Amino acid sequence: MNAKNSSFGVLETRLREARLSSRKILVPYITGGLTGWIDAIRAAAANGADAVEIGIPFSDPVMDGPVIQQASEKALRDGATPTSIFNELRNVDVQVPLIVMCYYNTVFRAGHERFANALLDAGVVAAIVPDLPLEESRLWCDAADNANIETIMLAAPTAPDERLPRVVARARGFVYAVGLLGVTGERTELATTAISMATRLKKITDVPVLVGVGVSNAQQAQQACAVADGVIQGASVVRRLLDEGPDAVGNYVAEVRLAIDSQINLKR
Amino acid sequence: MTNKSVPRELLTPGADGRFGEFGGRFVPETLVPACQELEAAFDSAWNDTVFRTELDDLLREYAGRPSILTECHNLGAQLGIRLVLKREDLNHTGSHKINSVLGQALLAKRMGKKRIIAETGAGQHGVASATAAALLGLECKVYMGSVDVERQSLNVFRMKLLGAQVEAVNSGSRTLKDAVNEAMRDWVATVESSYYAIGSVMGPHPYPFMVRQFQSVIGKEARQQFREMFDGQDPNVVVACVGGGSNAMGIFSGFIDADTRLIGVEPAGGAAVGRGVPGVVHGMKSYLMQDEHGQVQEAHSISAGLDYPGVGPEHSYLASVGRAEYPSVTDDEVIAGFQLMARSEGIIPALECAHAVAWITKESPKIQGQTVLMNLSGRGDKDVAQMMSLLGDSVG
Repeated sequence: MNAKNSSFGVLETRLREARLSSRKILVPYITGGLTGWIDAIRAAAANGADAVEIGIPFSDPVMDGPVIQQASEKALRDGATPTSIFNELRNVDVQVPLIVMCYYNTVFRAGHERFANALLDAGVVAAIVPDLPLEESRLWCDAADNANIETIMLAAPTAPDERLPRVVARARGFVYAVGLLGVTGERTELATTAISMATRLKKITDVPVLVGVGVSNAQQAQQACAVADGVIQGASVVRRLLDEGPDAVGNYVAEVRLAIDSQINLKR
Repeated sequence: MTNKSVPRELLTPGADGRFGEFGGRFVPETLVPACQELEAAFDSAWNDTVFRTELDDLLREYAGRPSILTECHNLGAQLGIRLVLKREDLNHTGSHKINSVLGQALLAKRMGKKRIIAETGAGQHGVASATAAALLGLECKVYMGSVDVERQSLNVFRMKLLGAQVEAVNSGSRTLKDAVNEAMRDWVATVESSYYAIGSVMGPHPYPFMVRQFQSVIGKEARQQFREMFDGQDPNVVVACVGGGSNAMGIFSGFIDADTRLIGVEPAGGAAVGRGVPGVVHGMKSYLMQDEHGQVQEAHSISAGLDYPGVGPEHSYLASVGRAEYPSVTDDEVIAGFQLMARSEGIIPALECAHAVAWITKESPKIQGQTVLMNLSGRGDKDVAQMMSLLGDSVG
């Protein structure tokens, strides 16, 4: 995970390498502070995750549906704080890059530089801040760049064509293609916007494009990967952690891994 | 207030949506284009005489504007001040909320939206939204914290009568803050067809500015009416309650350039300006009650309409530059103010406005002989059941 010889950060280097070797990218999301969350990270890493996204629970998660809201409330009730999560992450011995997802007030309250340095110190290489759009992102991006934290930008189906190039120009690590109009949560089918969004982004950038929000099972991951470089899976992972524990997360990640790998085999 | 260094002009935020350092547009990427579209649509509508005439006609012929001023001779004599009320409680639907909702619903139609979404605390904005939707043929969905659904059941039924769908929100503190979260989640999913009618001077740009503009009719009327009543004088003090702060911004906007103290009264259990520090939630940077990690704290107020840990960004700006003051009062003082206004003037104020009454009562020894204009932003009918269970046999 050494990015010395690349102009890209640790995460983006890793994901570009995966893409070069025709490997589709899988990033499971786990709410930090939930019972068994560290074991869930290990299980995900051991079963084919290319990176793991850790959510810092927040009192008002407006981009999240019921499952991640519930996980967030539970973790907060159990006393999780950004500091407690960083302390535990520092000792996680996995060989995949760690990404943090947090709402902007968590960053703002801590202070941009202090938060970026806290991520660095905890061994986190990238951050997603879902309520910090391009126009408001400068202070954070400057602090993150200085600390070598890659800031992943979201691109949404509502963006007009003229907006997308500006969003991807600021994206580090990967571009998070929002798969549908709506918040996180499992859906019975992959929205058509997931494919159209990935297609629009692939046309304008060589930064890895990962689809998230509404990618709900192995089959949908496989469908999204027909166009996208990979997927992020949140609610379907967190639900398994809440209901069944870390082993179920490992089994699920293995199942999705198999599905997106076999797609490549099929193509050949 | 005679400090001449204090800014005395009403701000129009620029493209960054800021009032000083406050405001902005901290929303998920999905909503950015919608906010930009709304900003352009409001700008065009506000400068269009056809739109303005249509809105003015509705305000006059439907909402019942202008609202009158009433001098409280009994209470004024008792407190040693001259107390005048701006009677927003007499508007159709019983509060100032109709001013903004009629404007926003007209705007929604102009933008081709078929459905409006609203959040509500006490239910006044929900009722106003349901009313405007019924009048203008729009579908309406109102999010309300389940705690508020219980304590404001009359307004819930009212909204349903008006044809709106009311959804009880069971997440977080189950009050206004969480209703806003859920309304925003709805908006993220339905942004192409729905218009989010935010009920206060809060949220992402352009909402704080736009809602203030729609509510500025209160201050504009009141300034003129007060001068007519007091031989061309402006009041010494203007007082309003502050949750998100739309009724306060509405009346303050008319007196920003006057030599008048502006007082926004917060509930002690939801004093964003008084006890908060700058933070970002619901799309805006503003004073916010939060813990050391940035978790938003739950507000606790007897009045559902003020049970909110944040405040509109323009209030944060006015507080930071010293143009307005934001004292707070306790629930007990509010209950006393509620009864005092009822008994001395025959006017039952909304519990929200009873905060202003409580502050005036407390402050009266220091402002003897002064003229005080209070925005009575809503009537207390909705609070009667809650007060009945609270006061019971002690009344009478």
